[in-house]
Formats: sequence, C-alpha cells, structure tokens
Amino acid sequence: MATQHSRSAARLMMAPAVILLLGWMLVPLTMTLFFSFKKYLPMRGDSLENGLEWVGFENYVRFIGSSSFWPSVQATLVIVGGVLAITVILGIFLAILLDQPFWGQGVVRILVIAPFFVMPTVSALVWKNMFMDPVNGILAHLWRFFGAEPVSWLSDASLQSIIMIVSWQWLPFATLILLTAIQSLDSEQLEAAEMDGAPVVQRFFYIVLPHLGRAITIVILIQTIFLLSIFAEIFVTTGGAFGTRTLTYLIFQRVIDSQNIGLGSAGGVYAIILANIVAAFLMRIVGKNLDA
Amino acid sequence: MGRIQLKQVKKSFGDVTVIPPLDLEIEDGEFVVFVGPSGCGKSTLLRLIAGLEDTTGGVIEIDGKDATSLPPAKRRLAMVFQSYALYPHMTVRKNIAFPMRMAGLDKAEQDKRIAAAAKALNLTDYLDRRPGQLSGGQRQRVAIGRAIVREPAAFLFDEPLSNLDAALRVGMRMEISELHKKLATTMVYVTHDQVEAMTMADKIVVLHAGVIEQVGSPLELYRAPRNKFVAGFIGSPKMNFIEGKEAAAHDAHTIGIRPEHIDVSTTEGHWHGTVGVAEHLGSDTFIHVHGVPGCSPMTVRVGGEIPVRHGDKVFLTPNLDHLHRFDAKGLRIA
Amino acid sequence: MARSTTTRRKIITTAAAWAVGLLIFFPIYWTILTSFKTEAQAINDPPLFFFFDWTLENYAVVQERSDYMRFLWNSVIISGLSTLLGVMIAVPAAWSMAFVPSRRTKDILLWMLSTKMLPAVGVLYPISLLFVKFGLLDTRTGLVVVLMLINLPIIVWMLYTYFKEIPGEILEAARMDGATLREEIVYILTPMAIPGIASTMLLNFILAWNEAFWTLNLTAAKAAPLTAFIASYSSPEGLFFAKLSAASTMAIAPILILGWFSQKQLVRGLTFGAVK
Repeated sequence: MATQHSRSAARLMMAPAVILLLGWMLVPLTMTLFFSFKKYLPMRGDSLENGLEWVGFENYVRFIGSSSFWPSVQATLVIVGGVLAITVILGIFLAILLDQPFWGQGVVRILVIAPFFVMPTVSALVWKNMFMDPVNGILAHLWRFFGAEPVSWLSDASLQSIIMIVSWQWLPFATLILLTAIQSLDSEQLEAAEMDGAPVVQRFFYIVLPHLGRAITIVILIQTIFLLSIFAEIFVTTGGAFGTRTLTYLIFQRVIDSQNIGLGSAGGVYAIILANIVAAFLMRIVGKNLDA
Repeated sequence: MGRIQLKQVKKSFGDVTVIPPLDLEIEDGEFVVFVGPSGCGKSTLLRLIAGLEDTTGGVIEIDGKDATSLPPAKRRLAMVFQSYALYPHMTVRKNIAFPMRMAGLDKAEQDKRIAAAAKALNLTDYLDRRPGQLSGGQRQRVAIGRAIVREPAAFLFDEPLSNLDAALRVGMRMEISELHKKLATTMVYVTHDQVEAMTMADKIVVLHAGVIEQVGSPLELYRAPRNKFVAGFIGSPKMNFIEGKEAAAHDAHTIGIRPEHIDVSTTEGHWHGTVGVAEHLGSDTFIHVHGVPGCSPMTVRVGGEIPVRHGDKVFLTPNLDHLHRFDAKGLRIA
Repeated sequence: MARSTTTRRKIITTAAAWAVGLLIFFPIYWTILTSFKTEAQAINDPPLFFFFDWTLENYAVVQERSDYMRFLWNSVIISGLSTLLGVMIAVPAAWSMAFVPSRRTKDILLWMLSTKMLPAVGVLYPISLLFVKFGLLDTRTGLVVVLMLINLPIIVWMLYTYFKEIPGEILEAARMDGATLREEIVYILTPMAIPGIASTMLLNFILAWNEAFWTLNLTAAKAAPLTAFIASYSSPEGLFFAKLSAASTMAIAPILILGWFSQKQLVRGLTFGAVK
C-alpha cells in the first residue's frame, strides 16, 4: 500500500543491491559454466586469448569418473552428517540445560558462545597443534596420564578429528538458536502437561521436541550450507590428506594446485547444484516465515 | 481555506475495487466524519485525501486546486494517526517541532507555536519527555499538537480515539470538538463508532463497501435515513426491522422502528412478547423482547427504571410518527 | 520457562552448566593461557595451569616476526569498510522491501539469500581471473568488495526484519509532516532502527573478520588480514606453541569481545529472522 511515487522510489533504492548481487551471481557463474565445457590448463599453454578447446561434457564425466570423486563425496557427507548429529543432539541438551535457572547464566552463556567467534583458521591451528599434536598436545598428555598410547589424531583419525573441530565451532550456533526457541515455549503448556500427569521424558518428546522442530530444521539447513563449503579447517590441518578431501577441497585442488580450470569448473557446477538442493529446502522454510 | 472536493475518486488494489467512483464536497471549516463498519473503505478514503495512497481515478481538489498527484507533504494537511505515530526517539518538544523543522521555520517562531500548542493541550510540563513516558491520552494530545503547529488547511483524523479507554475517549471527544470550535479549521475524522460520529460531526458521511450511503447532519441521518443500512448503523441500540405482514400493512417491504420509539406496557399494546434479557443501566433500561412476529428479538428502550425481568410478558406499541418504511431494495419510502 | 525450583536442583544445574561451559571454553582459555608461557613451559608435561612464569615475550616476538599490526589493520579496514558499504547499500533496499512491499518483494529477498548459498569454490577461478584483470588481487579494495557482496544478503535481511518492526504509520506521519524521502530515512527511520543497524553491523563485521576462503585465496602479502596471518603459522617451526597462542589470541581477541556484545542479535541474523 503506497503511492506510485513511493513505489518508484522503492525500485530505485532497491536497484543498487539487486544489480550488485545479480552481477556477483551471474558473471562468475557464467564464466564457471563456460570453463566447465572447455579444456583449460593454463600451465600447458591454454589461454583465453588463444581460444579454448570445446570439450563438451568431458570435464563433467572426468570429474565424476576420477578416483577421488566418490571418496570426496563420502568425506563431505561424513563430515556434514557427523557435525550435524553432534551439534544438534548436544545443542538440544545444552539448550535445555541453559534454560534451567542457575547461578551465572550470563557468564556461562558467553563461555558457550565463544567458539563461534573464533576464526576458523585459528581454531583449526589451535586444535591441530595444542590439542591434537601426538607429542605435545593436551590430549596426548591426557592419554599418557591414563597410561594410554597417544593418538595421531589428524592422520589416524583424521575425519573424526575434523568433525570434532568443526563441531566445536558450530555447537554454539546450534545451542544459541535452540535456546532461543526453547525460551519461546509457553511455560503454561508445560505446566498443563504436568497437571495432566505427563512425566519429564514424555513432556520432552511430546511438547519440547515438537516445539523445537522448526528451529532444528533451520539449524540443520543453515549449518549444511556452511559445512558443505568448509575450507580453512581442512586447509590448515590436513591439507586434504588422510581421507579428508571434501568436494570443496577437491575442486580447490583441481583449480589451484593442478591448475585444471575446466575440470575444477565442472566440479564447481556440481557443488553449486548440490548447494542449491539444500538451499531450496531452506528457502521454503524461511519463505513460509515471511508470510507469518 | 480548507475546502476539499472529491470528483469521481476511485481506488482499486489490483483487481479489487475498494472505492467505486465517488463524489464528495467538504466545506471550509466543516467537521466531517466518515463512519462505517470496518473494511468499508473509510480509512482508505482518508489516505487518498492525505496523499498516502494514489487514486486509481478521479480528481482531488484542495481549495480549488488539483492536488491529485501532489505528494502528502505538499497538500497542507495534517494527520493524526490511530497509533498516534509519534517519533519515539524524540522528545515531545521535538515531535511537535518536526513538521516546522521540515518546513524550515525559524527557531523563534517554532518555540512560539510549541508553547502555544503545549498550553492549549496541557502539555507544557511534558515537553521534555519522550512519548514512551506518556499516557495514552497525553500521546494523543502530542499527536494533535504536532498537527496544530503546522497551521494546516485541514486536519485528518484516522480513528484517533480507538486506542483509548472508554472514559478517556469521552473526554478527548470533547477536547477535539472544542479544538474545532476554536480553530474553525476543516476536520475530516474517520471512525467506526457512530456515537463519535453523532456527537462530533457537522456532517456525517456513512460509508459501506466503498460507497457513500448517505451524507448529512447527524440529526438528518437519525430522522431520515436514506436506506436500511444507514438506519441500522446510526442510532444505539440499533433500529428494529420488521418484515412480512406487519410491514405490508404499512405498504412497505420492511419497516423500522427505533427502540426509543416503542412504548412498553404490561397490560395492553400492539404486539406482545416475552422478555429475554433486560439490561438495567439505571438511566435507561434496554429490554429484548422475544415473540414479536417478523422481528425477534425486538429491542426496546425505556427511560429510567422499569421492573421487568426475564420471562415476563409485555405489550409493545410503536410510535407511528417515527416509523421508517423501506422498499424491497432497502431504500426509504418517503 | 520461569518456574520456581528447589535450591538443591539449582545447585546441581549450576554445577552442570558451569562444567559444560568451561569445557567448551577450555580451548580458548588454554590458548590465551599458553600465550603467556615460555615455549618450554607451553609443552610441559604435565600441563601447567597457572604456576608458571608469566611472560609477554611471545607477543613481542610475534609482532616482530610477522608485523601483526599490518594484518590487524587490514582486517579492521576490510571488515569495517565492507560492512559500512554493505549497510549503505542495504538500508535503502531494506526500506523499500519493508515499507513498500510488492508481490515480488518476497521473491527478491529469497533470491538474495540464494546468492549467499553459492559455494565459493565454484566461482573461485572466475573471481580470481576478474581480480587479476582489474588489478584487484591482493588489494584491500578487492576484498572489501567481495566481502561486502557475500554479506550483503545477510545485511539486507537483518535490516529488513528490523525495519518490519517499525510501524509504517510513523513514516507516513513524517511524510505528512513534510519530510522528503531522504529526511524520512535520515531523521526518522535510521534513529529508530539504530539498535537494529548496530547489531547488523556488528554481526557482519564479525562474519567478515572470520571469513577465511576469499581472504586466503585472494591475498598474498599486502592486503592479507588476520586469517592469513594465522594460516602462516600452520607449518611448524620447532617449538612454537606459545607463539602460536599469542598470535591466535591477538587474532581472536578483538572479535571475541565484539561477539559477546552481539550474541542476542546473532540468532536473528544467522537464521534470517526465522528464529527470534
């Protein structure tokens, strides 16, 4: 509801943001699509100026056909799935705990949230060296204290270690959102259930959990989008070795390390498609919320 | 200096026509009330005059000049919103000063007008407070103050009293009426409350589904409603409508009789029925009588106290001088 | 869920909550603590929790070796300017969407969000190519632009959800009072939305500060921010835990403090208003 005048003003004021994002999306995307159908190896003399050879879907076929493709998909799924499981389950537990009355709520909240603000490169480095170092890391000290043989975390349990590091970073996010959702639960609902004779466990499964349903979905979707493209954590710790090469990292290596732009671009298109599938679900939820 | 004319003004949102082409004249200095049930288009009409909405067709003239495509700021109109729309981050003084600041008035003149408005509205002690620290009635006065200082051609009020409690509403109603007497500036006032319309207006415009049902002074509308809608809307409690044989006897499709124009007796009368609910207000008694053919329950108003209770048999006699007759289309038969 | 509880229960909850909180915070605590140890103490077995010789030497060494201030300055400039630029572009856009909604508003908002989900690695090469072409590689300008663009959807969204809470009547009142569109935004909307704008800026500053894909891939030496500063410590050079800790502490301290202030708005910002 507005006048013609304000509507045209609105269009004008929206234009910069829309044009910038449109450019940011379309230009590189078109280029990636273009390269993905070309043979483009700058190290072997291919260059844009001399024209690139059209190879059709060869890059796509090769990317999928390469021996590293399926392991990378698997590594991606294991990391995303592992982190999601840990953060959501622990997140629910933590949210319920922090929602109880106790002394020092504010301080504890701050302690719990802190990891989220730590730069991914920092957290990866700190975990890699000060915690997971098989000689001097805290965990090695701990293992020796109990008379066990220290573990070479990042080589022997590489995926688990990465999952551990990333979960530490994302647990605060899950906790914070679930806590916010729990706090919006009407206490009268719980009291009514209590009056109706529902024991604690039942109250959790029939009232708290359904109430958290939407928040959990949102946590899962948003984390998935970020987790699909985790980079720094792998870059800094294993560099993609020991089975930690995710799809993102594989593409990164194709483009930067082996300088195979065509192949990397085809991989990029796969990654974009994958992200879009997840995004479509998230959009639907957020979109529904817009109407409310 | 505040004559507003609407000529064939029309408004649609997409395919939905909210206001079909409509003509209306508001004379300078008049207090005009747009009244109608919610969704009748009265607020939209006010927003069209204000310039907050575009007209889909037609011309709006202010003081004889075409203002149809003027932006709101250029129309010399001041508006008091339902929510008061005070600027929460500014003090009362700054709120009132804002329109003058936008108009570029010099500081001395601003201060003079603020002081005058504050005095008139009893706000002098609150000038340095923020809206959040004021009561509903005070906020209302600040909103009015902000409108006054601009010395506009006309004031527009959009349901200004609906957020106040009942007692305050009566007080503010009087204050606004007095303000109108004092300023003698055109006021256009939107409300869904027919009591406000009746008590404040020089001229009432009854709207229904975007269409003007009738324009007239409060008593004109009360005495001679042009159709069943106006008849039912103006007056409280509502007019009783009777159809069927009783109406046919008066050569009408429907006849209407106001609750205050019916005599009650426990012994004899034109109709008889059983008392359902009797509302004893002290000054008046409203009786809802069941069993009257063609109209059940029939509401009757009796001045003062009358000792009837649920289940009593009563006899009713309409005062035929005040009988309203309507045809099959609901239009008044003169 | 405000309910009265027994003291006993409260004590147990307090103990559990603090235990969990300290456990989660431990890596950060340990990093900060280690940064004040000598390298020998840093790897002492058993670990030293308090009784050691506190030293600031590591900070001096780190600063000397890698010119911390330059990275810090780059981080501040890049995060700050990209946020500022983003807000300047997003405020008008969010105004339009919140106060002059049309049938397409929702689609535009969702579309903006979808650009945020584009996997960066998919467009890494094209962007690098464009950066080389326009001479933006390893410049702060380039990073400011990229970080502004990747965070723009979040900024628009956050501002949109805040603006939506401001009643439209107030802006209409300003319009009636003779304010132009610019005056309406400057004198009425912006002051009213200050808390929202501030938390939007804070969160986006944090996101830009911690962004580690583009900052690592598009910079070399000149424009490298703290993410790159820290990544340069990834190849171990003998005993270096204490120095690594000092460097890490310097990289995260500013943002940790800012982050604590913004925690309330974080939820809303990161869920695009879907959870409040």
